[in-house]
Amino acid sequence: MLTDITIGQYFPGASLLHRLDPRTKIILLFLFIIDIFVFDTPLSYGLLSLFTVSLIYFSQVPMRMMIKSIKPLWWILLFTFLINLCSVSGEAFAHIWIFALTWEGLRQAVFICLRLILLILLSSLLTFTTSPLALTDALENLMGPFKRLGMPAHELAMMMTIALRFVPTLIEETDKIMKAQKSRGSDFSSGSLLHRVKSLIPILVPLFISAFRRADELAMAMEARCYRGGVGRTQMKALRITTIDYVAYGASLLFACTLVGLKVIGI
Amino acid sequence: MEFIQVEDMSHVYYPGQENEHAALKHINLRIKQGEFIAVLGTNGSGKSTLAKHFNALLLPTSGHCYIDGLDTLNTEELWQIRQQVGMVFQNPDNQIIAAVVEDDVAFGPENLGVPPKEIRQRVTESLQAVRMERYRKFAPHLLSGGQKQRIAIAGALAMHTKCLVFDEPTAMLDPIGRTEVLATVKRLHEEAGITIVYITHFMEEAAAADRVLVMDHGEIVEDDTPAKIFIKVDEMKRRGLDVPLAAEVAWRLRRNGIHLPQDILTNEDLVVALCR
Ligand SMILES: Nc1ncnc2c1ncn2[C@@H]1O[C@H](COP(=O)(O)OP(=O)(O)OP(=O)(O)O)[C@@H](O)[C@H]1O
Ligand SMILES: [Mg+2]
Repeated sequence: MLTDITIGQYFPGASLLHRLDPRTKIILLFLFIIDIFVFDTPLSYGLLSLFTVSLIYFSQVPMRMMIKSIKPLWWILLFTFLINLCSVSGEAFAHIWIFALTWEGLRQAVFICLRLILLILLSSLLTFTTSPLALTDALENLMGPFKRLGMPAHELAMMMTIALRFVPTLIEETDKIMKAQKSRGSDFSSGSLLHRVKSLIPILVPLFISAFRRADELAMAMEARCYRGGVGRTQMKALRITTIDYVAYGASLLFACTLVGLKVIGI
Repeated sequence: MEFIQVEDMSHVYYPGQENEHAALKHINLRIKQGEFIAVLGTNGSGKSTLAKHFNALLLPTSGHCYIDGLDTLNTEELWQIRQQVGMVFQNPDNQIIAAVVEDDVAFGPENLGVPPKEIRQRVTESLQAVRMERYRKFAPHLLSGGQKQRIAIAGALAMHTKCLVFDEPTAMLDPIGRTEVLATVKRLHEEAGITIVYITHFMEEAAAADRVLVMDHGEIVEDDTPAKIFIKVDEMKRRGLDVPLAAEVAWRLRRNGIHLPQDILTNEDLVVALCR
């Protein structure tokens, strides 16, 4: 159950998407998120979906993993769908209890869910094709200009690197503690909500204690390896903008312009 | 001056407070470049505390610790000292920093400000030295304990350390992982001439060293070759320590009047001696 969480999992590979500079990927992700929210005609949704699917194809990330990344948000999708379906006024095609289901509602529900799915897929694609270290390096780099305003860019990036590194370790540990508590007869899946929340305490306490111990040892190990903050540090994988990045920017801008064009002429 | 030279060094935790604890008491020690030293001692005898002085993670509260002639109390030379002495700790999960093997190995040289191209080369060399080249792109949490420890060793090697200090590196590993790590340590010692300080609770591992230190209540009470240490079975037991199984069997046989050589440490030694 816990091991289903896919956030921050990286699929090593050599696809075009893997070779893009992580900064390019972050910036373009933002651009596409804007695209998704600004353009709301069926044609632009179609184009954006087609585009996302072809990106997934090029990334060589297994489709199974992409679907898995949507799974945890399945309830939110369903909820959004139902809310929209029932709350938009217009020509009703069916009545269920006090709710009138309208064609306009159905249309909006489908589109909003499609939006959410595209958002999730594109962001997962970023984490699937970018190693966590490259991702945090890119964020550090993009936050660079704010350093002068006192923003601890390097420290934030390092914190993120470590957090990402320890996600699987802590998930494993949580699993282990839960099993240990279950084997001693505790029950996490029945009883009132209050009871269930209470039964989490024996999991969280050991988890926190162990996390602090880990933090202490990790700090020691980092110091032993000459870590002294961002000053004077070099990077093995120095970020570099190459031709494929320019091509990606160009193509994305062209794509955005096409969408703008379509919107202007009203299809 | 020897590579590691410890002079009348003491370490007191929380000096002046009511929970004050003298963990090291007036230690004198010399370790030559290229030696392989095992450190034994019961829980709380001060082994880890001593090890942390070798790369200035802890500083002596009195006395001195010199690494390659540099005083650890001199904070200006701190990074030079830490670059020369690499540490490998007990828990493999808590010393791997990056989410990809090669990035983790690169962490040390990155901190030292080595140019990217050279870092790549160092990473390749270090991974080859611990026979983990194949796992370069792996996520550390997918590796076995023994493999994780070898990555930690590679991380230290990539800083071009002259000395590796191990603090119970095999305590959390299964027997296969233990053999893997010990074989790697021996090879680095023999082929690359790296000075090894190896803290362990496994007597069989200590038997592989050139020299064994036994610690007790913050003092070094024995400092000799493994053969000479493990023949004093009584004394070791009194200190709450064991000896390798073969050494103990040989000791019992000798007590019963069977003549055996004095330097039996491994099962093979024992078999050879008995078949003679
Ligand atoms: N950070 C600390 N603060 C206070 N006391 C400490 C600290 N670390 C160790 N000590 C104490 O110093 C003594 C020596 O500890 P040390 O960890 O060096 O022993 P050790 O020989 O490594 O034991 P083990 O075999 O359990 O690892 C112990 O009595 C311990 O309680
Ligand atoms: Mg210890």
